[in-house]
Amino acid sequence: MSDRKAKRLFTGSIPLPTFEGFLVPILAVVAALLVGVLFILWVGKDPILAYKALWRVTFGSTRNTLETLVDTVPLIFTGLSVALAFRCGLFNIGGEGQYLVGSLAAAVAGYALPGLPAVVHIPLVLLAGFAAGGLWAALPGWLKARFGIHEVINTIMMNYISLYFVHWLVIAHLKDPTNLSQRTPKILESAVLPNLLQNTRFHLGFFVALLVALGVYFLLWRTIAGYEIRAVGLAPAAAEYGGISVARNIILAMVLSGGLAGLAGAVQVAGISLAYYDGAGFVGYGFNGIAVALLGRNHPAGVLVGALLFGALGRGGVRGMQAIADVPKSMIGVVQAAIIFFIAAEGLFRVLVPHLRQRRQASRGPGPAGGTGGEGAPHSGTATEGGAGR
Amino acid sequence: MSIFSLTVIASLLISSIRSATPLVLAALGGIFSERSGVVNIALEGIMLIGAFTAVMISYSSGSAWLGVLAAMAAGVAIAWLHGVVSIKYRADQVVSGTAINILAVGLTEFLLAKFFGQAGQTPNVTPATLPTWLPLHGFTQQVTAFAWIAAVLVVLTHVVLFHTPLGLRIRAVGEHPRAADTVGINVFHMRYLGVLLSGALAGLGGAALSVGLLNSFTDNMTAGRGFIALAAVIFGKWSPFGALAASLLFGFADALQTQAQIIGLKVPSEFLLMSPYILTMLALAGVVGRSTPPAASGTPYEKGER
Repeated sequence: MSDRKAKRLFTGSIPLPTFEGFLVPILAVVAALLVGVLFILWVGKDPILAYKALWRVTFGSTRNTLETLVDTVPLIFTGLSVALAFRCGLFNIGGEGQYLVGSLAAAVAGYALPGLPAVVHIPLVLLAGFAAGGLWAALPGWLKARFGIHEVINTIMMNYISLYFVHWLVIAHLKDPTNLSQRTPKILESAVLPNLLQNTRFHLGFFVALLVALGVYFLLWRTIAGYEIRAVGLAPAAAEYGGISVARNIILAMVLSGGLAGLAGAVQVAGISLAYYDGAGFVGYGFNGIAVALLGRNHPAGVLVGALLFGALGRGGVRGMQAIADVPKSMIGVVQAAIIFFIAAEGLFRVLVPHLRQRRQASRGPGPAGGTGGEGAPHSGTATEGGAGR
Repeated sequence: MSIFSLTVIASLLISSIRSATPLVLAALGGIFSERSGVVNIALEGIMLIGAFTAVMISYSSGSAWLGVLAAMAAGVAIAWLHGVVSIKYRADQVVSGTAINILAVGLTEFLLAKFFGQAGQTPNVTPATLPTWLPLHGFTQQVTAFAWIAAVLVVLTHVVLFHTPLGLRIRAVGEHPRAADTVGINVFHMRYLGVLLSGALAGLGGAALSVGLLNSFTDNMTAGRGFIALAAVIFGKWSPFGALAASLLFGFADALQTQAQIIGLKVPSEFLLMSPYILTMLALAGVVGRSTPPAASGTPYEKGER
C-alpha cells in the first residue's frame, strides 16, 4: 500500500481527487464529444447547431434545467450504487435488475397500503425499493463472500432473471385489471413524491438524491462501517488481518449497492411514472451508472457531476439533437460509450500529460479499473476471491 | 397434442438447434477470449454489430455470404478495440466490455438510420443458404447452414485448444501468464489472438441470427443472447463441447418456451427464459457440477511486475 493510499484510509480525510484525477474525466468527455462531432458530420449535419440544440434543451432555460435535473435523479442513485460497490472492491453490474425489482416493490407498496399519511407512506415506498434491490444483490454478495464466486457473472445473470421474473409477476399477478397497458395499479396519492414546481416534472426526489449522496459520503468517510468497507476494497488481506470481516463487508456493500439501485427505481415510480410499467427490457440506468461512477471517480460529489452530464446527454440527445438538429439520437449512445472507453484507457492521454503515468504507477491500487486515485477499483486476485472456484 | 408425438419431438429438436446455433458460435468466441485471460462480456455487443453488418453488406452487395464475412470482420474490429483498451492500456475488462455493449446499441441504431434512412428495422435480405445439391438439404434448410458451420467450428476449436502448440500457448497465458512469459510466449500476442478470434466468432454468431435464422436486422435484436452465450461458456466449463451441450440445453429451453402452448406445457414461459441464467449460477456455486474459470482470466498482464 502506498503512503498516499494509507494516509487516505487512516486519516479519513476528504479524498479530493488529485489534479489528474479531475483531468482524465474532463479529457475523456471532451474527446468523446469530438467523436460525436465526427458522427454528426458523417450524417451531413452541422455539429455546432447540434450541440447548440443539445445545450438549449438541457440548460437553455430554467425550466429545461429543472427537467434535466429530473433526468439526473435515477443516475445519481445508480452511480452511487456502482461507486459504493467499487469502494469495497466489488463490481456491481447488476444495477439494471436491482432497479427493476426496486421499481416493482415500490409500486406495490405504493398502491397496496391505503390509509397512510404521506410522511409515512413515501418513506415506506422508498424503503420497499431499497429493500428489494438490496435483497436482490445480497445473493451475489453472499456467493462471493462464501464461495469466492465473482460477482460480475452472478449480477449479470441476475439482471436477466429479474427481467423475466418481474415481467411474469406483473402479467400474472400484479397487473391493473382495469387498464389495458401492462402496468400495476397507480400508486396512491399519499405515496407520490410531491411535485415542487408547476408545469415541470421537478419533484422531491431530486433532494432525496442529494441527501442520499451526502449520506453515502458520510457513511464511507465518517463511520466505522464505511472505514471497514473501504479497507476491504483497498487491501482485503490486510483488513482481514486487522480484524475486519471481509465476508461480512462484501455482503453489506452489495446490499447497500443493490439498495441504492432499487432506490433509483422507487424514486422513478414515486416521482415520475406513478406505477410500474412493464417494458420487458432494461432501462439503461444500471449500465449508465457504471459510467457515472467512473466519471465521478467513485466519489459521491463526482457522481453528482457525472450523473448531471449523462442526464443531460440523454435528454439532449432525444429532444435536442434528434428533434431540433435532425441528428439520430443514437449518436449519444456512441458518445456515452466513448466516454467510458476514454476513462478506462486513461493511458491514452499519457501523451498529453507526461506526469500521468509516473504518478499513477506510484498510486496504483489493487484494481485494474480506471481511477487515477487507484482506490475503489475492483480488486482481482485477492485472499477471498481467487477466481470463481477453489 | 401429446408431448410424445413424433412431429412435436422433431420440431422441438429443430428449433432447439436453431436457437442454439448463434449461442454456440458466440460461446466459442468467449472460450478463446477467456482461455487467453481476457473476460469478454462484450459478446452481446459484438453479436449485435455482427448481425447489423451482415444485413447491411448482404443488402448492398446482394451476397449473404459476403455479409457473413463482413460480420466477422466487424466483430474483429470491435474486439480489437476491446483488446487495445484492456490488453494494451490494462483497463478493467468488464468496464471495456460494458462500453462495447453500450456502443453497439447506439452504433447499430445510428448506422441503421444513416444507411437505410429508417428506424427500428432494415429491409429484408436473402438469407445465407447452402447449394441444394448437398446432402441433407431439407434438414439444412430448417436448421440453417450456420448449424453445420457451428458444428465444424466446435470440433476445430477443441482441436486447436487442446491438441496444438498454439492452443497450449493460449491456455498458458490464461492460466499463468508469468510462467508463459518466462518460457518465451508473447502474452500480449496470445491475448490479442484470443480476443480477435472471439470477435470473429461472436460476429459470426450475430450473422447467424440476422441472415441465417432471420432475414433482417431489428434494433437490439440479440436481446441478451450474448449473455446467454457467456452463460454457456461458464456452464460448459470453458470447453467447446461443454459449450455446445450448454447451448443445446439453453436452446431446448427456448424451444420449449416458444412451443409451450402447442405442447400444452403449464410452466410459464418466463421461467424457461430464466433457466439458462439460473442453471449457470447453480453451476458456478457448485450445485450442478463445478465451473472453474481460467486462473488469470480478468487480470491484465503487466510485463516485469512481480
